[in-house]
Amino acid sequence: MDENMKYPPKFFLSVDDFFKYILGIISGLVVLTLFFMVLELFRHSLPVLSLKFVFGVNWNPVVGSEEYGILPYILGTMVTSVIAIVVGVPISLGIAIYLSEMAPNFIRTTLSFIIELLAAVPSVIYGLWGLFIFRFWVRDFIEIPLSKYLGFLPIFQGEPFGLDILTAGLILAIMIIPTVASVSREVLMAVPNSQREAAYSLGATKWEVIRLGVLSYAKSGIVGAAILGLGRAVGETMAVTMVIGNAIGAAALPTSLFKAGQTMASLIANEFNEADPTSLHPNALVGVGLILFVLALTVNLFAQVLVWRILKIKEGAVE
Amino acid sequence: MAYIKDKGGCSRIMQTYLVRKFKDKFAYAVCLACVIVAVIPLGSILFEVTKNGLPALNMEFFIEGPRAIGEPGGGIANSIQGTLILIGLTSLIGVPIGILSGIYLAEFGNNKFGKIVRLTNNILAQFPSIVIGIFAYLTIVLLIGSFSPLAGAIALAIIMIPIITRTTEESLKLVPNTLREASMALGIRRWRTIMSIVLVSAKNGVVTGIMLSISRIAGETAPLIMTILGSQWFFSGLTEPMDALTLRIWRLALLPYDYAHTTGWGAALVLIIIVLSLNILARILTRSKFVLRGV
Amino acid sequence: MIGMNKELLSVSSKERVNQTYKIETENLNAWFGTKQALKDINIKIRANSITAIIGPSGCGKSTLIRCLNRMHELVPSAKVSGKVFLDGVDIYSKNVDPVIVRRRVGMVFQKPNPFPTMSIYDNVAAGLKLNGIRDRKRLDEIVRKSLEQAWLWDEVKDDLDKPGASLSGGQQQRLCIARALAVEPEVLLLDEPTSALDPIAASKIEQLIVSLKRDYTIVIVTHNMQQAARVSDYTAFLYLGRLIEYDVTAKIFSNPREELTENYIAGRFG
Repeated sequence: MDENMKYPPKFFLSVDDFFKYILGIISGLVVLTLFFMVLELFRHSLPVLSLKFVFGVNWNPVVGSEEYGILPYILGTMVTSVIAIVVGVPISLGIAIYLSEMAPNFIRTTLSFIIELLAAVPSVIYGLWGLFIFRFWVRDFIEIPLSKYLGFLPIFQGEPFGLDILTAGLILAIMIIPTVASVSREVLMAVPNSQREAAYSLGATKWEVIRLGVLSYAKSGIVGAAILGLGRAVGETMAVTMVIGNAIGAAALPTSLFKAGQTMASLIANEFNEADPTSLHPNALVGVGLILFVLALTVNLFAQVLVWRILKIKEGAVE
Repeated sequence: MAYIKDKGGCSRIMQTYLVRKFKDKFAYAVCLACVIVAVIPLGSILFEVTKNGLPALNMEFFIEGPRAIGEPGGGIANSIQGTLILIGLTSLIGVPIGILSGIYLAEFGNNKFGKIVRLTNNILAQFPSIVIGIFAYLTIVLLIGSFSPLAGAIALAIIMIPIITRTTEESLKLVPNTLREASMALGIRRWRTIMSIVLVSAKNGVVTGIMLSISRIAGETAPLIMTILGSQWFFSGLTEPMDALTLRIWRLALLPYDYAHTTGWGAALVLIIIVLSLNILARILTRSKFVLRGV
Repeated sequence: MIGMNKELLSVSSKERVNQTYKIETENLNAWFGTKQALKDINIKIRANSITAIIGPSGCGKSTLIRCLNRMHELVPSAKVSGKVFLDGVDIYSKNVDPVIVRRRVGMVFQKPNPFPTMSIYDNVAAGLKLNGIRDRKRLDEIVRKSLEQAWLWDEVKDDLDKPGASLSGGQQQRLCIARALAVEPEVLLLDEPTSALDPIAASKIEQLIVSLKRDYTIVIVTHNMQQAARVSDYTAFLYLGRLIEYDVTAKIFSNPREELTENYIAGRFG
């Protein structure tokens, strides 16, 4: 046999290269999706985009006297998210510290499992629970005492009712706990043991070891985890929609925590199906979506970068 | 220092020691309290959903659709059907794309393009689902001129793909390189090696990812509002509105009738059983994988 | 080039005429990134013989044999220049598909690496099945023949459905040899095949390798000089990426030409 016959002719594109390029194209679909998402949101919200849209407070979808200002909803999103961060992050950090530094092994596994289940509960079920159960806890155990003793403060004005900005913020706090806690825990576990040993060798107690050796080292990673939580809080829809009271226009300005409010996401969920397609109402709601998109993108990008830098491992390890 | 020698100084060190010791205990208590605070809502949710949902469960609940608004009785069979159809359609789109792009990232993704894809997936995994819903509305619903299960499935697939991509990539990266080499040395082509040797070895991890992603999309509500709308009826075609458990729960909760709330809790019980069992099963599967890997 | 006998070393010219060269390299260079692992290797490997490659760790032994079946290029950033002739055809020439090369030049690795999800039978049949051979009868035949050749048949013939990973280390390595033989290669490359095994299992593999000489051209990398002396016909000594000396094994171990070789064999370094 002619030696050359043992090698069949090779084509310019081998099967393997073909396979690789096909996979590359498929994995590029998500990038394309994100790109088109911006494009479509922008295109459809163009008719309403203006400074007045972002900074206006009036919201009137009646044809003839249409007016779309979304400042109250931007502020509503911010205030509820800040409550979520202020309440949720310290709790998450406590959990992360307990899980990574204090808990015995068998408790650690079970507890991590339970915390992860908290993340698995659908948003609408949080909403249902918030609407029928949690709202009364907030009203009776938090709002009524606050209003009694600190009612003179402007942020605690109004009759405690339970379907308001505070409840929405607190339910968001619960919902971001699994995200923030599990990422913080990973960050803490990524702290090299030499840090802990250095502190122990100075005669530090366990808490001092955590404070000096671990937390100071993991600071920026924890900030990243918190921002990741913020990203989740900003875009969360159903649970908020069901407990925030859904105020409209100037009434939705979050001047007091005991007031009904509205976030960007809840506004979209509430009004999207009722919008008259011949008016600018759908465009205005898409515009809200665009602002939300930009906000979420910024927050997420920022968080990803911070967390990666700490974990320094293969991207995507962050849940 | 002099005070170390005198008695008062000793007690001062002792004092600081006691304070430090107390701080240590206190920190422990605070952290434990955080854990308890986080577990209470989960406990309460599971308890309330079970307590309020169980009375709703009966034969009619599972085989009938809802009656006219305000009229008690009826069931949520159409919503269960809708959720199952959505899971099926979404998986049809999302599972192959997710697995294939996970393969790309693990096997060929060590470049700039791979980095961009990975970043995009990470962003989409955390992205507000309602915005994804709007996107599906603007592209699919406006295109075909009607609410459609297809639009819902595409929106959910955008949520599903990043999850599957990530878990697939991670599991493939755990497959030792020696297996790839062994296969390539036999003169097996790269794509064959990946599909028949590497992917099969990483099977459990990939299946875990699929189950986790299904558990996630089954609980999604927001993107369904503007894609499948919700409906009183059973599935009636790809260009008609359809119902889903999550949408049904939301609409029922906002109705001013007690029967609606009971049905809502019942639907929540069904949903939470689907979601949590998938989730728990997926995690058990991963755990057994770790045991196997030790062999 | 230091110490290379251009007349192909001390093999008598009479002998040389009668023997064919299965593999010849010509100015073979290999890199990992910017680090050069092989420098101008010229070596001719005889058919139906066992050639051992020895040298201190990091000298490029593994890289050399991985260049012989184009496995080296699978490492990202790896680069090769020069020529490798297999039966007179340059396997690095443009129109040669590395996949075909690898079917003709089989390889066994340092650590036994059976496919963990496959049974013993499927492990051996993997190369054939994934290359499209489905005929059950033919597969059965080849699996049996390969396992017999690898001296494993008697030990596993009743457990062909058990996972490959359930075997002992030495059995796993013989399974890997059977797996390589099943695709009917002409050359078998062995990369320190016994280094992860206990002495008894290792000695069995050594005897097996010698028995395979009749049908295959064998190149074995080893860090164990006794092993090289026991099994090989020819020995090549590599140092810092260069081929220092290449000769009949007996000659290398009794009367090496180069001082470096002598020092290495006497255990003075590496």
